[in-house]
Amino acid sequence: MSDAGRPLLEVRDLTVHHGQLRALHEVSLRVSAGDVYAMIGANGAGKSTLLRAIAGLDPPTGGSILLDGADVTRMRPERRVAAGIVMVPEGRRLFPSLTLEENLLVGSSYARPGPWSTARVYELFDWMRDRRTQRASQLSGGEQQAVAIGRALVANPRVLLLDEVSLGLAPVVVRRIYGLLPELIASGVTILLVEQDVSQVLRAASHIHCLLEGRTTLEGPPGKLTARGIESAYFGLAAKTGGASGPAGAL
Amino acid sequence: MSWVNAILQGVLLGGLYALFACGLSLMFGVMKVINLAHGDLAVVAAYVALGVIAVTHVPAVWSFVLVVPIFAALGYILQRTLIQASLNRSVLTTLLVTFGLSVVIENSLQQFLSANSHSLNIGSLVSASFSVGSQIRIAYLDLAIFVIAVAVLLGLQYFLSSSRHGRLIRAVADDREAAQLAGADYRHIFGIAAAIAFATVAFAGLAYGMYSQFDPSIGTDQLLLFAFEAVVIGGLGSLWGTLAGGILLGVAQQIGAQINSSDQILAGQLFFLLALVLVPQGITSRFSIGRRTA
Repeated sequence: MSDAGRPLLEVRDLTVHHGQLRALHEVSLRVSAGDVYAMIGANGAGKSTLLRAIAGLDPPTGGSILLDGADVTRMRPERRVAAGIVMVPEGRRLFPSLTLEENLLVGSSYARPGPWSTARVYELFDWMRDRRTQRASQLSGGEQQAVAIGRALVANPRVLLLDEVSLGLAPVVVRRIYGLLPELIASGVTILLVEQDVSQVLRAASHIHCLLEGRTTLEGPPGKLTARGIESAYFGLAAKTGGASGPAGAL
Repeated sequence: MSWVNAILQGVLLGGLYALFACGLSLMFGVMKVINLAHGDLAVVAAYVALGVIAVTHVPAVWSFVLVVPIFAALGYILQRTLIQASLNRSVLTTLLVTFGLSVVIENSLQQFLSANSHSLNIGSLVSASFSVGSQIRIAYLDLAIFVIAVAVLLGLQYFLSSSRHGRLIRAVADDREAAQLAGADYRHIFGIAAAIAFATVAFAGLAYGMYSQFDPSIGTDQLLLFAFEAVVIGGLGSLWGTLAGGILLGVAQQIGAQINSSDQILAGQLFFLLALVLVPQGITSRFSIGRRTA
């Protein structure tokens, strides 16, 4: 799906440290408009750090981030929202004391012009309209995830960053959320997501990028990758034999 | 009847305490800043009013038209510079910095404006009152201050619950980073919250200056303490709790004064300690600004 033109989002040799720990080591990626670009990897591989760096929350120690050719590496996170980079953070992070509707309104406070509005989000998730006066803290995990995605959409992102949207949710809910992605892409949003659940990603993504201990171990369109190749890239050469919580068990 | 009178006077006094406390409560609720200079700022507002009156010759009751906006601007600037800089280090640093600010303010006032007490002269209004029944007399000033306090709290509540910036303030109080991801510069939002808090403390300082005598030391000795007690009794970060806490404190003080006129402050402190033991979370747990740890 990626064309030969300039990528919408480009990350060049990005290095991020958490104190002494190097969480990300010279990772590069190119996300083209209309992509569903999926970062996979085990816990601690640096996926979330990468998204947080792109959103502006974790300052990189090296490398650069470009949005549509413009360098945003040193831009403050709130300015990046106005530029079109919006993240759905890990763990939903709704405003618990605000109502469902107020969460969406906060998301639209600094929105770019675009197709998404509170009303359009209510069309996408029809249950929300009836429950818009409920506090976010009273919603179920899956509902909160939907609101978190809605809160990001109303800002009209060019690139939507999804950090582990499946975490802690029932498989049926996860499938429903991934089922939304084509509609988001159709509305003009480009998606960069981070996921541990590889089976889900293989179906939805147009491009897979695997991280292991902060370094790129594999990348390419899912059609060109083998299950075996992904598994060894995911776990590294010293492949552990899929632990009890091993997400690659689905492979 | 005299007990009814004591309670009534306590309620009216409680409005003033709530006015002192709501800014403290707001700054804690939103930025987690415990502003130890809060009481001194109220005193500064009263001194600024003296200056404004001397220069412009406006009647004292109208001095708020200038003093409140000056304090709102001061609050925004102080938040964006000194307080934000200390917040960037740690929340504990803000405690030290505001304590230092308190010491600087109090001593500067003593140094440059002497330790003499002053009051804002509002003429005959200070003693004008009306009777309810045979034994209860209510001063117009006390009633006016109570009404203003309730109006300020109502206005603040409406602003926080219904306006765009009020919503952003609550969002930032809930989760600063998530608010950044929604495009909000939390430093600016903090500045707005501080501007509001300083505006309310200016109102409180002016009201106190009309109600009673003030001198440089009263900010820490009394005002800050009463504000803290009202906030803690009511529950941190809750506006209605603050009003209720202020009123309960005022009533406790007046009942103490009714028993023995020298026991007013003592009764207030004892009630505060009792409340701290019985309801350490404060009497309200709803209508909070920001996240509550259940």
